[in-house]
Amino acid sequence: MSDAAIPRAMRQPFGLKLASNLFLIFWLLLAAFPLFWVLAMSFKSPVDAFSSSAAEVIFGPETLAKGDGLSLIDMALGIAFIWLSIKAAVKWLMPMAAGVGTLQRVFSWLVICAGFAVMVIVGLFVVLPWILAPLNALAGPLGTPILGLTTEHYYAVWVENAFWQNFNNSLLVTAGVVTVSLTVGTLAGYGLARSGSNLAFWILIVALVFRALPHSVLVAGYLPFFINSAEWLRPILGENAPTLYGQPLAVIAVLVSINQPFTIWMLRSFFQSIPEELDESARVDGCTHFQAFRWVIMPVMWPGVITTGLFSFLLAYNDFLVTSLLLDASNQTMVPAIAGYFNRETTTTDQVEAVAAAVSITAPLFLLVMVFQRQIVSGLTAGAVKG
Amino acid sequence: MKPKVFAMFVGPSVFLMLLFIAAPLISVLVNSFQVTQPIVEVVEVETCTPGFLTQTCVTEVKTVPILDDFGKIQTTTKWVGLQSYANVLELDRVGEAISSGAWGNILQIDFWKALRFTLTFTLITLPFVLGLGLAIAVVVNNATKAVKGPVIFVSLLPFIITPVIGALSIRWLFYGDGIVTVWLEALFMTDISVAANGWAVEFLMMFYRVWHVAPFAFVIFYAGLQTVNQDTLESAIIDGASRWDRLRYVIVPHLMPLIIFITLIHLMDAYRAFEEVVGFSSQSQRITLQWLTYDLLQPDDAGNRAISRASASAMLTMIGIVLILILPLRRTWRDHKGG
Repeated sequence: MSDAAIPRAMRQPFGLKLASNLFLIFWLLLAAFPLFWVLAMSFKSPVDAFSSSAAEVIFGPETLAKGDGLSLIDMALGIAFIWLSIKAAVKWLMPMAAGVGTLQRVFSWLVICAGFAVMVIVGLFVVLPWILAPLNALAGPLGTPILGLTTEHYYAVWVENAFWQNFNNSLLVTAGVVTVSLTVGTLAGYGLARSGSNLAFWILIVALVFRALPHSVLVAGYLPFFINSAEWLRPILGENAPTLYGQPLAVIAVLVSINQPFTIWMLRSFFQSIPEELDESARVDGCTHFQAFRWVIMPVMWPGVITTGLFSFLLAYNDFLVTSLLLDASNQTMVPAIAGYFNRETTTTDQVEAVAAAVSITAPLFLLVMVFQRQIVSGLTAGAVKG
Repeated sequence: MKPKVFAMFVGPSVFLMLLFIAAPLISVLVNSFQVTQPIVEVVEVETCTPGFLTQTCVTEVKTVPILDDFGKIQTTTKWVGLQSYANVLELDRVGEAISSGAWGNILQIDFWKALRFTLTFTLITLPFVLGLGLAIAVVVNNATKAVKGPVIFVSLLPFIITPVIGALSIRWLFYGDGIVTVWLEALFMTDISVAANGWAVEFLMMFYRVWHVAPFAFVIFYAGLQTVNQDTLESAIIDGASRWDRLRYVIVPHLMPLIIFITLIHLMDAYRAFEEVVGFSSQSQRITLQWLTYDLLQPDDAGNRAISRASASAMLTMIGIVLILILPLRRTWRDHKGG
């Protein structure tokens, strides 16, 4: 819309526009600064990371003095490499993901993501340094490091402290929660959206009450049972009755159920936006309810399912309370594991490692927002604007 | 849809909710009235050490837990009525504080301390979340189209981030010689120690919550702003309404259902605040009701978990949830009856 198209009375005086944009910039700084700062700290040696001068945290003179740093050429080539790989991913990899059938598409996406990750890691940490070493030596002033940057804390966290085990546990728990809660949730959401009965209304209301429950209340109910479950279940399951405490599968079941009220509310509102005539016509053509659901409704429901899946993922990935109480140290997920870091933080090195672990946990979420921004926004507004 | 088909669709979900939400609730309610303790017996033990001429023998009275055939400690479960509630509420100490006139002492008791903080936390953050969310929505709506996408991206970050990590990232800016503390010290020329001051920690926890939830309010308000009736706005202009009047009398009433929605969600979520205590390590200064239950569930030094006290504190927390939900539920019920 050009300025002339706006009625005169709606046009804004310069002062108001300035104030509005200044406030916007202020908010963006406020939103991004803590995250940016943590990112900057994670790449610096402890002296720099906790320096009282902002410039030292960003440029890292101590880190540089220890011999870890990037020159201008490093930075230029690194940025170019990242930019090119994003371009390549969008241009070549995305079309390759087109497959027939949902399962196949999911599978090819997984393969492509894994392949891309390997390519980027090899490129960034093997190929680039190999090219850059002689190049820096030749380039003179352009080749001398100016920005202190070290990945030693990431190495310490992931390799030495075996954070990858926690990563695996997180992966297992979130994958389980998303799959099960979507399967169970879509069925229920469809049933609730298509039934006008009083029972459906009451199920939704009870689900709303359940959504408000503090999770610690529920965990207080599970704990005594989970710890003694081997004894309690022995009459039913015989000698190999499991102790549920510390079992990722038990945690998946718990998180799915805690998540269920929210999931069915959200999926119901998505199903309601699909016209009922669609399943009626399928039923006229001789489909059962379930066939109509599977072959007519589900194909148009994918956006809603993806959005709900994102929120299930967030709940499982971000959870601290349930996983820290129901899992033991040997199969802890990432978020409770980081609590261990800052509780025992004694030296500044430990603290920077905690910062690096925090950044590692945040990075997947960052990618998630980048890829699925539109779905997240639509998910947030789905419940509010329609209901 | 026939009841049988409906049951097949909804069945698995309802089963999960009954098994993992309703059943634990009942078990928590029952647990809060009973206490499980190991059975102990008092035995006299005579220990003798060799000595010259005669042995030196000492007889001691010890309490030992009774073991069952498998060598596990036998436990007994006793019905104690409201005893666990009394242990959590510590009404005798409250009475003492009131009769001696030292009202502040009530806030030394864990439960009342947690209740006080949770309530102030919930109520003070609410207007800030609504206000900041609305302000960002209006400003973004006002911005050029090209910047909207990136702006929404950056705004979503505080909302999407793991709550514990978000709290930590703000803690690292302030605690110790955090960079913002250094700036504030330079500004006011004093020494500031954030972590040692309970009120500063409390302020930071509220600041984090507003930072974390405002994007959620922003997205919803922003969506609501797209549906404001342009004709009403124009007629308001013709009637001579100023910008402020238009916001006050056209836009805010239009957003009213959304304001109520966000208020409800925020009350529910802030009331069960928990991650702030973990992220800011504030347990010695400020605790929330949910953290109180969590703490009682953690094994103590001897490896015991105070299940019955945790259950009692959980049930007390529930009372607040019921109070928050009564009004909206009554409204939904009336709508259902009417519609």
